[in-house]
Amino acid sequence: MAAIYSLYIINKSGGLIFYKDYGSAGRMDTNDSLRLASLWHSMHAISQQLSPISGCSGIELLEADTFDLHCFQTLTGTKFFAVSEPGTLHMDNLLKHIYELYTDYVLKNPFYEMEMPIRCELFDINLSQAVQKDRVALLGR
Amino acid sequence: MIGVGKIKQYTNVLDKPLSKGKQEVSLSAFAFLFSEIVQYNQTQVDNITELERRLEDAGYAVGARVLELLCHREKGNRRETRLLGILSFVHSTVWKVLFGKVADSLEKGTEHEDEYMISEKELLVNRFISIPKDMGTFNCGAFVAGIVRGVLDGAGFPAVVTAHFVPAEGQQRPRTTILIKFAEEVVTTISIKSNFARLIFTFSLNNALEDAIYGKFLQKFITQWNLVIRRGFSMLSILRDDIDTFLLTFPMLSSLLDDIMILNYTFV
Repeated sequence: MAAIYSLYIINKSGGLIFYKDYGSAGRMDTNDSLRLASLWHSMHAISQQLSPISGCSGIELLEADTFDLHCFQTLTGTKFFAVSEPGTLHMDNLLKHIYELYTDYVLKNPFYEMEMPIRCELFDINLSQAVQKDRVALLGR
Repeated sequence: MIGVGKIKQYTNVLDKPLSKGKQEVSLSAFAFLFSEIVQYNQTQVDNITELERRLEDAGYAVGARVLELLCHREKGNRRETRLLGILSFVHSTVWKVLFGKVADSLEKGTEHEDEYMISEKELLVNRFISIPKDMGTFNCGAFVAGIVRGVLDGAGFPAVVTAHFVPAEGQQRPRTTILIKFAEEVVTTISIKSNFARLIFTFSLNNALEDAIYGKFLQKFITQWNLVIRRGFSMLSILRDDIDTFLLTFPMLSSLLDDIMILNYTFV
């Protein structure tokens, strides 16, 4: 059973720039994934405003009966979020690692246009390696 | 992030050994700078060939400077004058200083005598770069090709240098091959520069020369150079280590023979 169901990256204005699903559970078509991305973007922003404590950075983890949604927001407003099996641990580490891959293989690529959908071969290769490694580590735990 | 290496920190400046200027720079900084160079040049051109040429020109300037610097720093102000010497200088010394490692391989082209290839599993400049599908065979290694051309040109070996992706067996990513094709004059001058060469020429003899061949002068010439010339033989092969002196006396020989033509040189 895959720990991670799907991965999304959204730019600072809420547009989906990367979507990938792993395994059969929670698969979505393109329109649904775009909708979910912008919905999450707005929910995240609203949660910041609604928080009773000042300095809130938005939802980091959404727990539901059938899935967990882990979100990592970078300083520039790009959000990485992953839908995973309920109770999956160390997702924040994986998301940070994916952020690292994004800075290396997407931002340093001269052919990538900022805020646009990510189409970088090296990012795909390294991402699948990272997810694979995470799965192996999960089995060991 | 991924970095080539860290510079050792010294608290006291006096503890620091005299710098050889070999410090490494941040790979991230380089990657961003290089990315900007590519992006800037992309705005200045209409096609990929032009972009490749501009990157190569940028590299050429680097190569010319690197040659100057490394000849001074590593070779005691001496410059390589032999073809294989300069190639291994590029493959090891230049690569080590620029990319922190020796290039993966240096090979001679199988189809052409004047072609050499430097192959690299993953070129440092390409580490973070994914070429979009619509750009076809474009390779940012053109910059490195430019560096190689700069070094070779500066050392007196003009060449056409290009970078290509070559699919590698069992590898997800293709390797990059820097193809060096030397200019014609380089191949011709090799014989003068090489200490040890085999020359093969053809000639035809006219009647006057028939006699001259056995004449005193040529006889002496032949003994001096250990040449074997036989009647009816139009091919001559010599193998000597003092070939450059031979080439100096060559005009004397050619004045005795008409229609002499050097066919090829091989180096041993």
